[in-house]
Amino acid sequence: MPSSDVIVIGGGPNGLAAATRLAQSGRRVTLVEAQPQVGGGAATTEFHTGYRTSALAHILQGPDARVASAMKLDAHGLRLSTPLTTAVPGIDPLTMQGTFGKVSGLAATDLAAWSELQERLTRFARLLAPMRQMTPPRPAAKAGNDLWNLGKLGLSLRSMGKVEFRELLRMLLINVADVLEDDLTDDRLMGLLAFDATLGAWAGPRSPNSLIVYLNRIAAGETLTLPMGGMGSVAAAMRKAAEAAGVTVLTGSPVDRIDMAADIVIGVTLANGENFAAGAVLSAICPRRTLETLVGPRYLDTGFIRRARAIKSRGGAAKLHLALTGAPHFPAADLTWRIVLAPSVNAVENAFNPVKYGEVPDAPVMEITFPTAHDPSLAPSGHHVLSAVVQFAPHAPKDRDAARAQMLQNTLNVLETAAPGLRPLIAHAEILMPYDIEDRFGMSGGSWHHGDLAVEQMLFLRPFAGVSQYNTPIPGLWLGGAGSHPGGGISGAAGWNAATQLLQGAKP
Amino acid sequence: MIARLHFNKHLLETPFYPRTAPLNKHSEWGAWSGHLSATGFGDTEMEYTAIRNGASVYDLCPMVKYRITGPDAVAYLDRLTVRNVAKLTPGGVHYTVWCDDAGKVLDDGTLFRHGPQDFLLCCQERHLPWLTDATLGFEVAVEEITETIAALSLQGPCTASVLSAAGWDVSSLRPFRMTKVPFDGTTLTISRTGFTGDLGYELWIGPAHALALWDHLFTAGAPWGIRPIGSDALNMARIEAGFLIAGMDFIPAEQALREDRVRSPFELGLDWLIDWNKDHFNGRRALIRERESRASQWSLVGLDIAGNVSAEGSLIYHAKQKEVGYITAALWSPTTKRNLAIAHLKRPYAAAKSDNLWVEIYALRELQYVKLMVPARITPRPFFTPARRRATPPGRF
Ligand SMILES: Cc1cc2nc3c(=O)[nH]c(=O)nc-3n(C[C@H](O)[C@H](O)[C@H](O)COP(=O)(O)OP(=O)(O)OC[C@H]3O[C@@H](n4cnc5c(N)ncnc54)[C@H](O)[C@@H]3O)c2cc1C
Repeated sequence: MPSSDVIVIGGGPNGLAAATRLAQSGRRVTLVEAQPQVGGGAATTEFHTGYRTSALAHILQGPDARVASAMKLDAHGLRLSTPLTTAVPGIDPLTMQGTFGKVSGLAATDLAAWSELQERLTRFARLLAPMRQMTPPRPAAKAGNDLWNLGKLGLSLRSMGKVEFRELLRMLLINVADVLEDDLTDDRLMGLLAFDATLGAWAGPRSPNSLIVYLNRIAAGETLTLPMGGMGSVAAAMRKAAEAAGVTVLTGSPVDRIDMAADIVIGVTLANGENFAAGAVLSAICPRRTLETLVGPRYLDTGFIRRARAIKSRGGAAKLHLALTGAPHFPAADLTWRIVLAPSVNAVENAFNPVKYGEVPDAPVMEITFPTAHDPSLAPSGHHVLSAVVQFAPHAPKDRDAARAQMLQNTLNVLETAAPGLRPLIAHAEILMPYDIEDRFGMSGGSWHHGDLAVEQMLFLRPFAGVSQYNTPIPGLWLGGAGSHPGGGISGAAGWNAATQLLQGAKP
Repeated sequence: MIARLHFNKHLLETPFYPRTAPLNKHSEWGAWSGHLSATGFGDTEMEYTAIRNGASVYDLCPMVKYRITGPDAVAYLDRLTVRNVAKLTPGGVHYTVWCDDAGKVLDDGTLFRHGPQDFLLCCQERHLPWLTDATLGFEVAVEEITETIAALSLQGPCTASVLSAAGWDVSSLRPFRMTKVPFDGTTLTISRTGFTGDLGYELWIGPAHALALWDHLFTAGAPWGIRPIGSDALNMARIEAGFLIAGMDFIPAEQALREDRVRSPFELGLDWLIDWNKDHFNGRRALIRERESRASQWSLVGLDIAGNVSAEGSLIYHAKQKEVGYITAALWSPTTKRNLAIAHLKRPYAAAKSDNLWVEIYALRELQYVKLMVPARITPRPFFTPARRRATPPGRF
């Protein structure tokens, strides 16, 4: 039976990052991926003959700095676009640099208030950013917390002063709409910020605690880029880095169960019955699936399984791919930009409301990129691919096919209004609803983060209390996918953190 | 539509109520799992005497009962409870406990194996949500059937004779085994089990046959002075036998509000039940950690206390100074002529430091409490365990 020190389940960005980290520290690592290729949410697909696009995630924010440098992704062939400018198109366009950078085209009335708000939120986000690279502390005595880094965080909190600290506490659990409406009046800016704050979340801008999700997003990286060749290039570079570090990568190898003997992990069994032995298993797929399906309730406690099953995992984002026979025209916007159609805070909120009831919004809001504007090789010459994340989409509508058709129609209507003349250019349209994403990529509920990223499922509550430090009650089983802290995105942070904990041999 | 008017009756009557009510001359009733349950029938001492010297009958109907069936019933129960269920053969009964994830006791109970895939779990508290959630991954069905079984506990040295007079030969029935006999056009299950530490049996039948069973038993038992008993007399016998009651001797983990009230099997002296060699069971990992790091905080012990004043609810001190424990059940035991108690002691006062223990008793003497500080020493449980309890065939008295 093939044997290694660690088996990593799942070859998404987190699995690849974890495997590399472990191999670079001298462990013999085997990574097993269900699909014929690695990447998970980081993939490039030919969705229509001659047209290729990022199959799910399309914009790179990051990856995690440790991952990027240790994996030397550029040396392994990753080429990125120039940093993206975001545009809110219109006769009177507004642009923003990077994730939360410089804004142009803002009315004079909002200038002062915006620069103050931007400065403050950036400061808060930078303060929280180190958390993303830490094992979440556990609020218990002798919890084995990372006291050094917690201490540093505590110091930076103290050094911000009483007034600012009080402001941080006030802001921490607030909803993003309240913050925006307190200080700003410009609908274009407020719509953009409300959209970015709720991107990938199952929440509207008026949902409680939505600001902290935004701070987390800002903390994840300040620039946005598109990978040349689509997101699959990131996966390809990560795979090369993993293999260069000595990882054995097995694709087309879905894991059926995690094997145990005497209550210790001893390896995995694939769907085809093949066994692989290992002293430890790090699972970078959904936590619920790992625990409920691969381990199974017989080896876990009832209260524990209750909590695993109670993880909220609701995808609210759909993915739209259009094959276009020519270049569409968005007023005053460049196709190399990231274009956001979210006219106001209420437009975002109204797009979220119906989703609560399993229904499709009349006017979805969205983030659009044209990968072909950066890498023309993705489509026939002169043709384009439109890739958009469209929010919000119901993850469990009554009728899946009807909801998908409705979502596509409503999305195309919004697009046609924003870029008149786009419809006739469409050679092929594909929209992936959250349930399609679940079926195709294995993300529970189609959730961006393998489980809602919300304050009640963050830090020591991610994926749920008791397993937030990447280890589980089962000796030798570790969790390191997007369901763990700090959540998803093409980043590898969770996998890297988990591998670090495994190497430190933290006890359950 | 059927009118659901059960809420008009705050406590339900058991199927034996038409017989117990007229006999309960002082209307001594308490509540047990939502049912009216007799605390006494007018003379606790005589009832206790029936348990130890004759034949007593206690209405067990309110006891919570779950039926567990299916191909995975054994595996399910092995994961749920700490004891090895595979070793319990059909027709057998065993005492067991089950724990939450932290290894703290949720309840104790008796598990009856009626068939290869058919079990009855009897306990004090209700646990359907827990039992149901625990079925995930097992092909098993759990059903609460408390009200579909009428049960009597027949306890005392003369009970084998009573059953024989009733026409049922139980001479070969060993302790913790059961047998089925035809009665009143149905099947009567007789198990050699009980809560008194004496010779005794429990009788299980459909509620429609309850009164026929009662009448038959009382006719057959008349020569032995058979009499109904309430929970007060039963409580005396169970303390002598050293048995625990959930909610009285320990707080079930799901109900505890205070962090330090929950108890592990180690802390209740029940770790002997645990089978460490079977597959995973709920709380196992926490219990291994507790064992290995010697993290148990408490011990449950029997105490022999000087004097004859019952120490119900008393605090226990070391060297009369330091509070080290408390008593959950106590009595002056008529049979052993000792002043006995079941107590929780902080470790190490149950072992290394078990000398010099004192019990603070508030004795009520004509409306006035008198504070006593009396010495106590740890003594093995059960306090009373007569040979007749286990003798097979049982003695004829
Ligand atoms: C609509 C949408 C748009 C998004 N857009 C962006 C974006 O623009 N930018 C961004 O940064 N993020 C984006 N994301 C989020 C991002 O895709 C995920 O957070 C990220 O892919 C999570 O990485 P991961 O490695 O944890 O898991 P995944 O990428 O989900 O990878 C898990 C891997 O495990 C494999 N697997 C599953 N089960 C098994 C098994 N039993 N055995 C073996 N292998 C198995 C899967 O095939 C998969 O390859 C988007 C998400 C959604 C839903």
